[in-house]
Amino acid sequence: MNDILWEERIPGGNHWSGIMRRGSALRLTDLEGGANVSALFFNREEKLERYNMPDTLKAQHTAFLTAGNVCYSDMGRVLCSVIHDSVGWHDTICGVSDAALVEQKYGKANFQSHRNEMVRSGKDGLLIELGKWGMGKRDLVANVNFFSKVTADDDGCLQFHAGNSEAGSTVELRFDMDVLVVLSTAPHPLDPGPQYKPAAVMLTALHAGLAAPDDLCRNACPQNQRGFINTERYYAS
Amino acid sequence: MLTTSNLLPEHAILDETCPAGEPWMGVVKKGQVFRILDLEGNQAVDTLFYNADDPEERYSAVDTIQRQGRLYLTTGSVLYSTEGNPLLTIVADTCGRHDTLGGACAAESNTVRYALDKRPMHSCRDNFMHALAHCNCALHRNMTKRDITANINFFMNVPVTPDGGLTFADGISAPGKYVEMRAEMDVVVLVSNCPQLNNPCNAYNPTPVRMLVWDLQG
Repeated sequence: MNDILWEERIPGGNHWSGIMRRGSALRLTDLEGGANVSALFFNREEKLERYNMPDTLKAQHTAFLTAGNVCYSDMGRVLCSVIHDSVGWHDTICGVSDAALVEQKYGKANFQSHRNEMVRSGKDGLLIELGKWGMGKRDLVANVNFFSKVTADDDGCLQFHAGNSEAGSTVELRFDMDVLVVLSTAPHPLDPGPQYKPAAVMLTALHAGLAAPDDLCRNACPQNQRGFINTERYYAS
Repeated sequence: MLTTSNLLPEHAILDETCPAGEPWMGVVKKGQVFRILDLEGNQAVDTLFYNADDPEERYSAVDTIQRQGRLYLTTGSVLYSTEGNPLLTIVADTCGRHDTLGGACAAESNTVRYALDKRPMHSCRDNFMHALAHCNCALHRNMTKRDITANINFFMNVPVTPDGGLTFADGISAPGKYVEMRAEMDVVVLVSNCPQLNNPCNAYNPTPVRMLVWDLQG
């Protein structure tokens, strides 16, 4: 079940993209505590089909992700599923930092002065990776922020929860379609920490297999059962 | 926050009714004021905004939420673009709160949310596709599905609880309630007057809405 295919360490503040095949999984490990992994997902065959935040939230009647939840595309299919989670809450509603926000919070740190310790925003990291696949700003939609927790009170006022993820925390995504994954490990935009010290993350690719009939995510709600039917019809041959 | 406007319909430069379940598209110039009026009550108005000079810059729900530190939209809310620029500012609101997490209904998402055989039912994102294929203000800007992102649902009530639950609740709007925005740049407005019949977002009875624009400099 959990055969490791490959591993790669992503420093804090960095970015990554790659194709994850249907039936594989990606384990994200927060190596230092307080990590944030901003993520976008696209159907690799037709990149106009992409992670859709509102469809994901309203189908599952949730404002955050944890084990049992899936990430829906805008076409009613399951791009990936959260099959394990030691954290309990992953933010879906706050987007990413941009260069102006990062400079305002942490000051300027470019390559000339800081070499590879330079500071880059979540948005710019995602755009660099999108560019590698012929994509750009029109593809930069609302993202997931793994390891980060932001709650809203009854008036809708947001609160960032520092310490939501400790060193060693993991979340595991099974890919239910062939998916282009685009990641940034820049800090969460609402992280109030005065210093720029985003945590490194380990990516571990695993063999997971397709969702079984008794799969946790498939059976989490009737909506997900229908989402998996839509997904399986897409790959029917 | 409930705030009224003293602008009079007889002074508007645009006054149109968007029938139940129809799309609507138009341009609002910088400084002009755009009002959406819920004629019969509890009608969700799914709305996207774009920089009229460069529609790659467009409304961003997550930037708007992040920058105001609040989930819901009302008077004083600045509607931010993907570039972090204000597109519009809400200057009057007699409803009190509007949603920007619930997105727009689609044939495909209806199959997930309700039943596989709901796919043929009319939906907001089909409306968006129709408008992009036919409206002149979309055609010369080469707008496509790629430009359809998380929208605002004016007059829609999608409460999020402190423990992260999210529901489509009964509306808090009523006949004659309105929301009014001042454009901070020239913007393209893309609306679907929501045809959803499967949840209470339109009180199970989609109804027309009225669109008004004032040019205060004029």
